[in-house]
Amino acid sequence: MCRIGAIKSTDYVHPSKALLLMRSQQKGHDNSGFAMVMQDLGGRFADYKDLPILSMACTDKGMATAEDILHKEGFVRVMQWSPEINFRDELNIEPMPNYVFQVFQYPRSFKYAPQEEKEELLVDMRLKLRNVLEENDDGYVYSFWPDVITLKEIGDPQDIGTYFGLWKEDRDFTAKVITAQCRQNTNYDIVRYAAHPFFLQGYTALANGENTFYEKNKNFQNGLYKGYIGFESDSQCFLYTLHYIHKILKWPLEYYKHAITPLPFEEMAKREDGEALKFIRSSLSNLEINGPNTIIGVLPDGTLFNTCDAKKLRPTVIGRHNGTVVMTSEVSGINEVLPGRNWEEDIYTSERETVVITNNLEVQRWQQ
Amino acid sequence: MATMRVNEISRDDLDWQINYSTERCTMCGSCVAACPFEAIEAGMEKRRKVVSDYLTPEPKVEFKAVPVIKQKVDVYKFCRGCGVCERVCPNTAIKPVRNEDSRFTIKYRSILADPYKRGGRANLSTGVRTLDKIRVGRISQMTDPSLDASRHTFDMLAPFGRILPADQIPFVLENGKLKIDSGVLPPMNWIYPVIIGDMSIGALSWRMWEAMAIATAYLNEECGLPVRMCSGEGGVPIRLLKSKFLKYTILQIASGHFGWNRIINTMPYMQELPGGVLIKIGQGAKPGDGGLLQAKKVASHIQEIRGVPKTDLLSPPNHQGLYSIEESVQKMFLTFNSAFKFKVPVAIKVAASSTSVSVYNNLLRDPYNIVGGFFLDGILGGTGAANEVSLDHTGHPIVSKLRDCYLAATHQGKQSQIPLWGAGGLGQTGNLAADAFKMIALGANGVFTGKLMLQLAGCVGNDHGKCNACNTGLCPVGITTQNPTLVKRLDIDRVAENIVNYFLSVDSELKKLLAPIGNSSLPVGRSDCLISEDKAVADRLKIQYAC
Ligand code: SF4
Ligand code: SF4
Repeated sequence: MCRIGAIKSTDYVHPSKALLLMRSQQKGHDNSGFAMVMQDLGGRFADYKDLPILSMACTDKGMATAEDILHKEGFVRVMQWSPEINFRDELNIEPMPNYVFQVFQYPRSFKYAPQEEKEELLVDMRLKLRNVLEENDDGYVYSFWPDVITLKEIGDPQDIGTYFGLWKEDRDFTAKVITAQCRQNTNYDIVRYAAHPFFLQGYTALANGENTFYEKNKNFQNGLYKGYIGFESDSQCFLYTLHYIHKILKWPLEYYKHAITPLPFEEMAKREDGEALKFIRSSLSNLEINGPNTIIGVLPDGTLFNTCDAKKLRPTVIGRHNGTVVMTSEVSGINEVLPGRNWEEDIYTSERETVVITNNLEVQRWQQ
Repeated sequence: MATMRVNEISRDDLDWQINYSTERCTMCGSCVAACPFEAIEAGMEKRRKVVSDYLTPEPKVEFKAVPVIKQKVDVYKFCRGCGVCERVCPNTAIKPVRNEDSRFTIKYRSILADPYKRGGRANLSTGVRTLDKIRVGRISQMTDPSLDASRHTFDMLAPFGRILPADQIPFVLENGKLKIDSGVLPPMNWIYPVIIGDMSIGALSWRMWEAMAIATAYLNEECGLPVRMCSGEGGVPIRLLKSKFLKYTILQIASGHFGWNRIINTMPYMQELPGGVLIKIGQGAKPGDGGLLQAKKVASHIQEIRGVPKTDLLSPPNHQGLYSIEESVQKMFLTFNSAFKFKVPVAIKVAASSTSVSVYNNLLRDPYNIVGGFFLDGILGGTGAANEVSLDHTGHPIVSKLRDCYLAATHQGKQSQIPLWGAGGLGQTGNLAADAFKMIALGANGVFTGKLMLQLAGCVGNDHGKCNACNTGLCPVGITTQNPTLVKRLDIDRVAENIVNYFLSVDSELKKLLAPIGNSSLPVGRSDCLISEDKAVADRLKIQYAC
């Protein structure tokens, strides 16, 4: 089973913290990969908050192709950074030749475009790049979004950390929200895209578990929005549902829980908003999840949350100390990162609960 | 030597031959009294017997006239093999025996110049049913733990009514909560995923119909299972229309438009809205032929309910006054929706057929969102009477057609917007829960079942030509007859009890199937949990092949 974790902090945090968080939970995964999404970036990316960053792993040819496409669309590169590679033969990793994080200026014609249009443009570009690069296995485009960096790799998480020099803390590569996963690969071929966290238009989701409603979810999501593609992992559906509820339907976050694990009919009937819940349950029955899962999600504004399936068959624990909140699959991870905290205040999210961490690190517990 | 009339009908031509033993018979007369078809009669036979009254043989011939039970050889009064005589005989002196070499239906046609008609069963068995070639193959293990069928709670309800896509629900945001904005929304009810299918009060005896209505009410009010019963075409007794139990009844209007005047006239007096309206376009058991209620079954109360004289009543195969799906949508749906002020879901029932998917697509794309359900009826359904040629040789199996409709909706991202319900031979081999589960996993929201209710009531017929006399109005157990004497054979309370018990067992068995796949709600479209060991079936239904 995958192990997942998230750190949200008022200060900028280096990804070494995420590696530490994950390493202590190592017995729970099979070391077949590591992935992370960093949001609200500090260090060298701090000055480019509004400009989209392309996160890509590719061949030389792939890089040239991607650049051509973006330039043709009018994107202008403003900054580029690649992590320093520490190659050693004994490392268990299957790297791509290049890892690039490139900051772009929007095309001139989009200078005064409304936010929505820019957001659609970024999705279109990412899908286009992905599509073209996929043809000859020339590269993988993980995200193209302001203030967000995504890294995914196949191999032993420990070695991936070494390869990218992520174990050594520095102030140039930091973020206020970091989500990460160490992978257990059971259902699928080992594919780079398949690693969580999944990202779309500012939304991130990662899950520990299995989606028994994968087929239903996928069949339905396929037609809902152009960005709902891939489905390399059965948990990718959770991101799309989150995006659909919050971004497309513009419903408050609490309805995410109502969509994925609706209340039993009897309980719905007792509630003031029962009628609305009934409609949601009818219309979105294909987005329900039934399998054992815990889901960690991040909203575009940085809000972090955790919720579980209605049977609560996968663990998560949330701990807090001095301006940092950590949520992860096993408490051993939090012990590692926040050793000084009062563990009696740890939260174990219940099956009808959504635990939300706001930007000032207030912890809210919403009962469904 | 007597002249042999080879072209006359003879005992040897009949489907069933009475096996009778004079030695065991006490001439109580029960069998003759019990046989509703007058297929047997008391008669006298001359017997020759050689006897000897002395110690040493002194044979002499005696002739005796002995009373016997005789089988009639007649194209009208022939034995149906129902076995009622055997049931009532205290000495097992009589029983019907199947005649493998029967030529009856040929003789029948050649003598009467008329199609052979019988009760609603397809008697041409084509082997193992598709549903029995499918198994529940995804058994949850460590990664997706299964549920405990006896401990967990299950949410087993199915939608009846049009479901709006999420982006069309008129929500407004008030204090961070979603509220439904005022306005008329398509009505939708959550009900039990198994409906008692549409069997009319003309086809069934009033006692049978009442027993089902009682069972339905009991299931709702005492057992907490919101089971609905569909009235069938042919009207509803005013007593039920005015009662609070109407909310458990789905009123059917079909192409014969029988009984609707009374329903319309009773509307002002209704305490409750009906559970739904089902517009029958076609039915699977006698597709393209229409239901046939023969005059013998049109008793006085049927005449009254339907507002018709005593005559053969045919429900035409489709609504003859309507020329297209669009027109039927416009006319009927708007009529019924407005009649019930858009508060009652209106669904349609069609026969499974090569064209059902087109009809479904058409309804899915209807911009007014008014069709609240698509009921598909396959070839193995049916209770009423029909021409044998229609019963055996027309129709479409339900399973693949249901699947086609589901996949067509899925292809357009419109799955579940018009709930799919399927029927036609479900429960035929005794286990409705297994059939329902498989249909649901293939894409049905729920299923409906009719003939199984007859079995529960004690129907003695089967799919091999036994009884099948539902068309005669002489049902030997009082289910499909209006004959006052025969109807009394049916014990209403026992029938209701049997139906209730069967539903309770279905409910447990459904949970027993939901649990291992780890589902606490209905697995609509979860075909990933099904496998077939038959490659052709697996390919056709797009499920996993296993061997
Ligand atoms: S089997 Fe039925 S139809 Fe035949 S003689 Fe007996 S009672 Fe009559
Ligand atoms: S017992 Fe009645 S319902 Fe059953 S087949 Fe015979 S006539 Fe039809």
